[in-house]
Amino acid sequence: MDRILVGLKRVIDYNVRVQVKSDGTGVETDGVKMSINPFDEIALEEALRIKERGEANEVIAVSIGTSEAQQQLRTGLAMGADRAILVTADGYLDPLSVSRIFLSLAEKENAGLVMLGKQAIDGDNSQIAQMLAALWGRPQATFASGVTLDGDTARVVREIDAGLETVEVDLPAVISVDLRLNEPRYVKLPDIMKAKKKPLDEVALADLGIEAGPEVKELSYAPPEARQRGVMVEDVAGLVAALKDKGLA
Amino acid sequence: MAKVLIVAEHDGKTLNPSTAKCVACAASIDGAEIDIVVLAAAVGDIAAQAAEIAGVSRVLTVERAENEYPISAILAPQIAALAGDHTHVFGPSTTFGKDLMPHVAALLGVNQVSDIMSVESSHSFKRPVYAGNAIVTVEVAEGSVVVATVRVASYQAAAGGNSAAVEAASADVALPTHTRFVGLESGASDRPDLQTATSVVSGGRALGSEEDFDLIYKLADALNAGVGASRAAVDAGYCPNDMQVGQTGKIIAPDLYIAIGISGAIQHMTGIKDAGTIVAINKDEEAPIFEVADIGLVADLFKVVPELTSALS
Ligand SMILES: Cc1cc2nc3c(=O)[nH]c(=O)nc-3n(C[C@H](O)[C@H](O)[C@H](O)COP(=O)(O)OP(=O)(O)OC[C@H]3O[C@@H](n4cnc5c(N)ncnc54)[C@H](O)[C@@H]3O)c2cc1C
Repeated sequence: MDRILVGLKRVIDYNVRVQVKSDGTGVETDGVKMSINPFDEIALEEALRIKERGEANEVIAVSIGTSEAQQQLRTGLAMGADRAILVTADGYLDPLSVSRIFLSLAEKENAGLVMLGKQAIDGDNSQIAQMLAALWGRPQATFASGVTLDGDTARVVREIDAGLETVEVDLPAVISVDLRLNEPRYVKLPDIMKAKKKPLDEVALADLGIEAGPEVKELSYAPPEARQRGVMVEDVAGLVAALKDKGLA
Repeated sequence: MAKVLIVAEHDGKTLNPSTAKCVACAASIDGAEIDIVVLAAAVGDIAAQAAEIAGVSRVLTVERAENEYPISAILAPQIAALAGDHTHVFGPSTTFGKDLMPHVAALLGVNQVSDIMSVESSHSFKRPVYAGNAIVTVEVAEGSVVVATVRVASYQAAAGGNSAAVEAASADVALPTHTRFVGLESGASDRPDLQTATSVVSGGRALGSEEDFDLIYKLADALNAGVGASRAAVDAGYCPNDMQVGQTGKIIAPDLYIAIGISGAIQHMTGIKDAGTIVAINKDEEAPIFEVADIGLVADLFKVVPELTSALS
């Protein structure tokens, strides 16, 4: 296979306790730490391992968003991606539009694999890989916890509710990855220096000629209903009594 | 008027309870007419179970050898073809529905609403984002078909007792052969299913080994409960992946949830937000799980879990 395309989304870091803005227009992002979506980092790691095994020639990291996403792409380049593409777009983009952007890049770059996280931890939508596969007319293997390539096919182990499912797909294909697929490598300082010289191309969304998907409009944000702290019991007898009180034992 | 098509989830023989939960969600849309579509290699038993769900008008069936396994690239074109005059197409937000429904949405040229937790109007819904740290109200344009997954933990299964009409439907579309089912390694056990059990006992990293995770199974058996786990316990190999509860595992709503040796990370807690009573056993009184637990016990699990098991046996 020639190329693997990997999506890297810039999201609020998973350690941040996300707060809804008081006016309900969204969540606080001012001064909040931003990172690569953790699932996307795993997708990149897997792509790099495939390349290191000699099964692909080039790994291209792609992000869609404002120029701030350069930061995440530089991290991706430092991890080992060969080059990066930033599709510059302001504001919210719906999943169908994002999928159309990936389709356009997958075709242009003649990708053998597109690897994405199974969901982004901001919108928690879990849609892009499936939509891209539909638009591209190529296989999708979502929630991957194992990927092996064999010539023109890939075997993917999927984490599903019933257990571990294995599917075989013809390439090119779209794979979305789950947390247990691998542990992403740490970036070392010399890699960060090297990454500065790697190509990072910017393409304006308007130049791709993408038609936006019909909108799912976000009307308002609210914090979830909070659960209240309950009672503490001293010992097992107290716990059993408390359960009996609630009719649970 | 709303006309909802629900995609049935099943394992080839039995209808998954997630389908009746999708019906409950659809029924909360004013005046909705509800159809279920069953795609299978042998539809008979599954369609009969679907026809029993209260509130269902028709069960449409597509019996094709290709539908033996739930491969989205095969199912989605058939569903898109059958969507017809339906205003809504719903599936469950289980791994089955999450894999399938966005594919359907893309074929229909629309975005998907993921994880509906409540219906505000026929085109407006509430859904969780940021691991449940925020709830957003979204609106789909009138006149656009609504493709959505239903957060099954937010709904009680619709009742039974119905006998809806079962009709064979034809979805005459070309199906790809580029995706092939190889096998399923199932963690199935005789214990109650994690997603539908009324009580669940979960173990975390503190269990320390696969052998000691047995303490969790024993307590679960004493309560006739399902068994869950934190991501840390699954990652460490103490138990199978299908037991993981949380943002990236299963979202559940049992009446009783007992968390043992689990710290209460936000990604875990989002999976049990709708549980009735949360019990936490943790040796660290500062553990975040105590902030949301209804009943807390600060103790060494290796001492108190066997005691609790015998007290409840
Ligand atoms: C993108 C992303 C998604 C994630 N998704 C999930 C998910 O779906 N589900 C999930 O669970 N996690 C998820 N996580 C991981 C999550 O952040 C936590 O790391 C994980 O839940 C911790 O598991 P734990 O509570 O078992 O372990 P720890 O946090 O290590 O907690 C162990 C607890 O056991 C207690 N303890 C230790 N010894 C004893 C003893 N002898 N007796 C009693 N108590 C004891 C300790 O006090 C501690 O509170 C996700 C993380 C990321 C980044």
